Amino acid sequence: MIHVLAFYLFAILVVSSGALTILSRNPVHSVLWLILAFFNAAGLMILLGAEFIAMLLVIVYVGAVAVLFLFVVMMLDIDFAELRAGFVSYLPFGLLIAAVLLAEIVLGIGLWSVGPIELAQRAAPVNPELSNIQAIGGLLYTRYIFLFEAAGIVLLVAMIGAIVLTHRARGGVKGQNVAKQNRRRPQDAVRNINQPVGQGVEL
Amino acid sequence: MTAFFQGLGLPFEGAWLLSTIVGILVIALPLMLAVAMIIYVDRKIWAAMALRRGPNVVGPLGLLQSFADGLKVFLQETIVPSASNKALFLIAPIITFTVALMAWAVIPFGVGVMVSNINVGLLYILAISSLGVYGVILSGWASNSKYPFYSAIRASAQMISYEVSIGFILITVVLWAGSFNMSAIVESQKGYYGFVNGNFINPLLFPMAIMFLISALAETARAPFDLTEAESELVAGYQTEYSSMAFALFWLGEYANVILMCGLNAILFWGGYLPPFDWAPLYLVPGIIWLLLKMAFFFFVFSWVKATVPRYRYDQLMRLGWKIFLPTSLLFVFLVSGFLMLTRYS
Repeated sequence: MIHVLAFYLFAILVVSSGALTILSRNPVHSVLWLILAFFNAAGLMILLGAEFIAMLLVIVYVGAVAVLFLFVVMMLDIDFAELRAGFVSYLPFGLLIAAVLLAEIVLGIGLWSVGPIELAQRAAPVNPELSNIQAIGGLLYTRYIFLFEAAGIVLLVAMIGAIVLTHRARGGVKGQNVAKQNRRRPQDAVRNINQPVGQGVEL
Repeated sequence: MTAFFQGLGLPFEGAWLLSTIVGILVIALPLMLAVAMIIYVDRKIWAAMALRRGPNVVGPLGLLQSFADGLKVFLQETIVPSASNKALFLIAPIITFTVALMAWAVIPFGVGVMVSNINVGLLYILAISSLGVYGVILSGWASNSKYPFYSAIRASAQMISYEVSIGFILITVVLWAGSFNMSAIVESQKGYYGFVNGNFINPLLFPMAIMFLISALAETARAPFDLTEAESELVAGYQTEYSSMAFALFWLGEYANVILMCGLNAILFWGGYLPPFDWAPLYLVPGIIWLLLKMAFFFFVFSWVKATVPRYRYDQLMRLGWKIFLPTSLLFVFLVSGFLMLTRYS
C-alpha cells in the first residue's frame, strides 16, 4: 500500500517536474525543477530495490553536475525574448529528436518484454543474498572489466581534452608561490625602529 | 519498535510508518535542544580562549542565552527584499535546515539503534551532505544582492572541492570495513591489537582521520575555512539579506551539520558507540554515552580551531583541497586496497 502510494507520488513528481523544466520561463527555475526530477527518480530507484544506483544518482547528478549547471545558468545574462524567438524554427527539429527517443524506448522495452532476450534476462537472477553494491561490483570487475576500463579511459581522454581546449597560458597573471611564502620569516619582513617623536621614517 | 506497534493491533505498514515517525521525533527534538546548547557551549569556549566571560546573564551561567536569542529572532519581522526572488528566497533556509536533519536517519547511536538501517548508509550521508550546498547557492542567488552572491560562489566551489577528498577518505574506511552500512563500519573497528576500538589506531587510516577532521571543517564552512561568511569582506555572506526565522533556520542548520560532522568523525574513525578500549566492564556503559562523549570532544576541537586559527586565503583553501588532500587521499585508497589485497583477500 505504502509502496503504491510512494510510487505514484514519485512518478507524478518526476513527470510534472520534467514538464516544468521545459515550461518555466526562468532558466534557474528550470534547473531547479530538473533537480527535483532527479531526486524523485532516485526515489523510484529505491522503490525498485536499486538503492546503490539511487544514491549515485543523487551524489553525481544532484550533488555535482546540477550544482555546476545551476552555477553556469545563474551567471548567464539571458534575454528571454530572444530565447522565445527561435522557438518556432527549432520546433520541427525538437519534435524529431523526441520521436527518435520515444521510438528507442518503445523498441527497447518491447524487445525486452516480448523478445527472446526475456528468457536470458530472467534465467540469470541476481543472488538475493548479495547486496546491490556487491552484485554490481561482481559484474563490473569480472565480466565487464575491459568495458569498464575502456569507459574510464574515455572519461580520462574527455577530461584531458576539456583542459587542453580551455587552458591558455596568459601573460601578466599574478600567481602565489606557496614555497616562497612559507619560507618567509618575520625577520625578513618586519623591522623594529625606535623613532624620535615628530620625525618621519627612513625606509 | 515496529514490533511494539504491531503488538497494539496495527497492520505492519501502519506500525512501520508510526515507528518511523516516532523515531524521527526522538532524534530531531533532542537534536534541536542540543543545537541550542551547543551554540552556547561554542560561545563559552570561544570566550574562555579569548579570556572573556561569554554569555552569563540569561539564566544560571547564561545557560538560557540560546533560548533568549531564539525568542528574540522569533519575534522579529521577516523582511523579504523587494528585488529578491521571493519563493526561492524563502525556500533556501528551509532546504538548509531540512537537509541538516535528514542525514541523522542513518547515524547509529548503539547496536542497531538508528531510524533506518540501510546497507548504503555512508553513501546516503554523502548524498545528503552534497545537497547542503543548494541552500547556500539559492539564498545567494535569490537575495539578488552582490555579497550573498559572492558568498554563494565561494561556498559552492569550496563544498564541491572538499567533497571529492571526503569521498576518497570515506572509501578507505569502507574498504577496511567491507561495507557501506554504518553499524558494520562501527563493528569493524572492534579490538585493534586486541584492546583498542577505533580506526584511528590503524597506521593506514590515522592520516585519513586527521584529513577527515580538516575536510569536515571545510565542508561545514567553519573557521579557518569560513570564507563564505568572512565578515570583513562579505558582510555576513549568504545570510546578509535574511532576518528573523529564516536567518535562525540557517543558523540551526549550520550547527546541526557541525554536530553531524562531529558524529561522523566519531563513527568513522574513533569507534562510534563502542567504548575506547575493548575491555568488558566498559561495555556496561550504554553506547550512546560513548558516542556523545566523542562528539563532545570533537565539538571542542572545532571550537578550539575556531578560536585559535586565522582564516585561510581562498587560493590556499583551493590548493589544500585539490593539490594536497586529493592526491594524498587517492594514494591512501591505493595503499589500503593494496594492503587488503595482500592480507585479507589473497
